[in-house]
Formats: sequence, C-alpha cells, structure tokens
Amino acid sequence: MRLSGRFGRFGGCYVPEILVPALEQLESAFLDAQDDPAFAAELEDLLANYAGRPTPLTRCRNLPGTIYLKREDLLHGGAHKTNQVLGQALLARRMGKRRLIAETGAGQHGVATAIAGALLGFETVVYMGAEDVERQQLNVFRMELMGATVVRVEGGGRTLKDAINEALRDWSASFETTHYLLGTAAGPHPFPTMVREFQRVIGREARAQILAQLGRLPDAVVACVGGGSNAIGLFADFLDDDVRLVGVEAAGKGLDGGRHGATLMRGTPGILHGAETYVLQDADGQVADSWSVSAGLDYPAVGPEHAHLKDSGRAEYVGATDAEALAAFQALAQSEGILCAFESAHALAHALKLAEAEPDRAILVGLSGRGDKDVAQAQALLA
Amino acid sequence: MSRYAAMFERLRGRGEGAFGAFAMLGDPDLGASAALLDALVAGGADMIEVGIPFSDPVADGPVIQAAAQRALDAGVRVAHCFDLIAALRARHSAVPIGILTYANIVVARGGFMRDAAEAGADSLLIADVPALEAGPFTRDMDEAGIEPVLIAAPNTPDAALARIATLSKAYTYCVSRTGITGTHAGGTFDRSLIERLAAAGAPPPIFGFGISRPEHVRAALESGAAGVVCGSAIVDLASRGESVVNLVHLLKMATIRDKGRNDSGAQ
Repeated sequence: MRLSGRFGRFGGCYVPEILVPALEQLESAFLDAQDDPAFAAELEDLLANYAGRPTPLTRCRNLPGTIYLKREDLLHGGAHKTNQVLGQALLARRMGKRRLIAETGAGQHGVATAIAGALLGFETVVYMGAEDVERQQLNVFRMELMGATVVRVEGGGRTLKDAINEALRDWSASFETTHYLLGTAAGPHPFPTMVREFQRVIGREARAQILAQLGRLPDAVVACVGGGSNAIGLFADFLDDDVRLVGVEAAGKGLDGGRHGATLMRGTPGILHGAETYVLQDADGQVADSWSVSAGLDYPAVGPEHAHLKDSGRAEYVGATDAEALAAFQALAQSEGILCAFESAHALAHALKLAEAEPDRAILVGLSGRGDKDVAQAQALLA
Repeated sequence: MSRYAAMFERLRGRGEGAFGAFAMLGDPDLGASAALLDALVAGGADMIEVGIPFSDPVADGPVIQAAAQRALDAGVRVAHCFDLIAALRARHSAVPIGILTYANIVVARGGFMRDAAEAGADSLLIADVPALEAGPFTRDMDEAGIEPVLIAAPNTPDAALARIATLSKAYTYCVSRTGITGTHAGGTFDRSLIERLAAAGAPPPIFGFGISRPEHVRAALESGAAGVVCGSAIVDLASRGESVVNLVHLLKMATIRDKGRNDSGAQ
C-alpha cells in the first residue's frame, strides 16, 4: 500500500490475505486517477450533465433559526450515493473490471450502483439482507428495472451487515473480474479515503455556496452518520475552519435500550468489515444487531475517520431518536415543502434543537437524500 | 520442540502428510462439541484445528458460517471455548491444537493470547489479519508462546510471502483461488505457491480449503504440501448427526503415501 490507511489508531486493512492484492490494485488505480486530468474531466462531466451537480443550497424560509440545506436529495438517484458510485465505477472500468457488486441496506446505494452499471455497461449484482428486501420492495424493483440482479442474503440478522459479509465473500472469489463498489466511507483501506474524496464535492460546493449566500461560514455543520459517507464528504472541506462539526447517529428507540445504531456514542473500538473502528458489540466481540427507523443508519460499525474525529475532539457525535427524526421529517414537509429521507431527518432533528437553543447561529445541514423511499413507512408510522 | 515441530518430524520419518481436522467450538452445543473433538482424535487426525465462533465470519462459506451461528445461538461464549480447549488438552497431551478465529474476537479480550496458551493451544490463525497488519498480533503471540499461522494465497505477491514466512511459526495455511472455506474447490492445489513458500523459507505448507475426499488429500500432498486441513466436510457431516470417525480415518489414510493408493479403490 502507498498510503497508511490510518486515521489515528483507526482504519487499516483487516481482510483475508487473498483480498489484499485487490485492495492494492484499487489504491493504485485511485491514486493514479487522482493525477489524471482525463479521469477528473469525465467524472466532472458525469456529475454535472448526468447527475445534476452542483446541487442547490437552500435557506429554510419557515423553520426556526437560520438553517441551510445542502440538497443532495436533488441528485440523480435521490441521494448523495451517486457521487462516489460514479467515481468508483469509472475506476472499475479503468481497472478493466466487467462486473460490479455492492451491498445495500435501504436500497439507495444499490440503486446508485444499478444506475452506474446501466450507464457504463457493467454486469451488476447487489447483495441485500432478506429483511431489507421485504421492507424495500420498491427499491428492489428499481434496481431490477435498471438491469441489476438483487441477491437476498439470509445469513445473520438479514440486514446491511450481512449483505456486506456476503459481498466480501463474493469478492474473495471474483476480484479478477469484479469491483466491489462499497457504499460508504467504511471498510478496509482504501475505501474510507477514496469514498471521502469522491464525496468531498458536497462540502466543497456547500462551503462556496454559503459564503456566497450568507457572506460567512456557518457556525455548525450537521450531517447524519450511519457508515458516514455523506457526513465525511460534507465535513472534509470544513475541517480546518472554526466551525462546529456535528454527526448525528440513530438513537432509535433510545440510547439506553440497545435498540439503536449509535456506534460512536455507545460502541467500543473493535475490528469489523476491514477496519479498526467503533463497533456495537458484546464483551466477547460478537457484533450486535443495530436498529433504526432508517435502514441507512442501521449499521453496527462506522467509518474509521469518524472514529478518529470523535477521539480527537474535532467533531462531536450526538443522537436523534426515531421519534425526533419522524417529527423533523414532518416539519420539513409542512414548513418547506421538502420530503427528505429518514436518514437526513436525523440531521435536521438535531439542527432544530441547535436552532432553538441559539437562534442566531447559522447551521448547515446535509440533506443527504429524498424521502420517496420512506413515504410508505411514514404513512404506516403516522397512521 | 513445539508440538507442531514434533508432529512434522514424526510424520516425515514415516513418509506421511499431516492430516488436520477442524471443528467449530460449541457447535451445536458444548457437550456435543467435546465429543466431536474426541472423534477427530479417534479417527486419527494428526492436528486439531478449532474455530472460535464469530458473528461475522467473512472468510467462511455457508457450512462454517452455519456452524458458528449454531454455537452462538446455543449461547457459547469465548470463555467456554477456552474451557473446551483446556479439556481437550487434558485428554490428549501431544496433539497440536490450533485456534482459527477473527480479529474482533481477539482484540475484544484483553490477554487472548495468554488465555489461549494457558488453555493448551499451540497456534492461532486470525482469518482477517493479513501479513500487512499482522505485526502487533504476532508479537503478542510470540510473547505468550502461541505460534502464529498466517495465510498464503496463490495471488499473494513474493514480498508479502516473505513477510508471511518470517511471521508464521507452526505452519503456513495455504488457500485455493476461491477465497472462502468450503468443499467446492476440491482438487486444485497451486504447486507454484508451495515452491514460492519454500524459496521464502516459510514453515510447512498446509492446504486448508477444498479438502473433502481422499483424492483431494493426495493431490494436495503431490503439489508439495506438508499436509491438509479438512473443515467443511467434517462440520457438514457432524451437523447431520453422523459420526465423523470414518471420514477422518479415510482422509488420514490418504496422507500415507503407499497405502493411499489402495484406499481409493475402497471408496
């Protein structure tokens, strides 16, 4: 490896030996592409003319305080996922791979991968926990419409964690022809670094947009954290600024009951899915099943750079419960006419608390995805 | 001399390859697991490899995944696994015992290596710790008197093989091209991997994936390996409530170079 792949004590490359050459090839392709103007030009063209970048920065008109929304919900595919999927798919083509595999929870990353597979001509296979397949039929059908094969994963708790396990097993046997298009800034090196760099565009645009609209930097930048890709992409260009960075985890039914996805708040350091990071686990190191109303935050580990930002104190991590997220989801719909994803509603829920405490502060919220996928669930929950 | 070194020396003298038998500790419960370990010894296994179950075993195929899940569902804890190893050691003083598990199980328990040594285990393989991350782990193993076992794959570059050769002590665990445990890969063993390991001065190479029939054992040994480990075939048979003694015996017989030929007709 050419980079350390470490964020303080966290990160690394904890995978079976057979996968190390594939990760070395990926790191090498990524670093070479970073220095290749033709790669950057093609990615920029796709992001602008296919995916719809730059996304707007919207100042809320009716919610209390001064809240700005970075509108990744308006990106093609319906979430920030498309940014890095296009980057990785171009790398896969550069490496001569013909097949993409991906894991998905709610289906957003699977849909984004299916989009890239259809556009760039890859065979695409998406692993999805059987539980999630049942909960997210619409996204399964969207993936299939775009030509992807969705594989139901029956192992373990039948959710995102188990889908990642199965994708890693596939890749162990298929890496010569197949790229594993991991969906978040987690996993073994180089994924956390690479995904951050492909998502950095969110924060780069938002920083310039808020300087133009507000005339200064925001006081706080708030994003939801499951694996943590939209948060790290939004935070990256603010790390050196005097700006509070706040990651919002899924507090689920409450932090004390064990039914949550608050890995950084309630987890302990461990090694899962290739990285040393915070993990929800028992005293033996068996990984716990996480829980959240939003499938995208329902993950018992977290990207290793967030683990480092927590321990270094540069970012703070808080929780929003299912109920708080649902209330924020409704408030945004009623006040601003925007249906956001349940994941993004966690970030908004915390921003509303900050706005109430200190109404003069300007808060930038990462609105990572749109809420169409959650409408049926919202209908059931609000009935 | 370590138990592994003594075993390899003894087998070399007899012209036999080493036969390792694997079982998941606590599968399907503690009592049955202890009995299965004894059956492996009774069948003639030269070395016993035991898995400590982990909730997310990414290097394992469906058979071993299911075994780990059965053990966890039965409430098996890591402490129980060390108890099973200690009891096995008390009943069989000479057989080498190796632990196979995952990094999170090791790091979650302060003093894992010391506890493993005290229970009487001889080696430790951590499936998701490749050579480039192995340094801190093998240092702890060396201090505790546990012999590290690292994995080598056909696609592992020479520089990494050199590191594997330096860090591995008991044996080198060789895998086939298919990446995860299971019986699907039977019969394809990479002779060039064995030659490259020998050139790097690695400890004896053992093929660990795709061994379920006597002809696989013979093919692995003919490729130059010092032995084999059979896992999924044994675990699968045991999970159906059948005795594994005959399978272990049949596969062990195939490690005996002359006698092996006679056995293939008997199948």
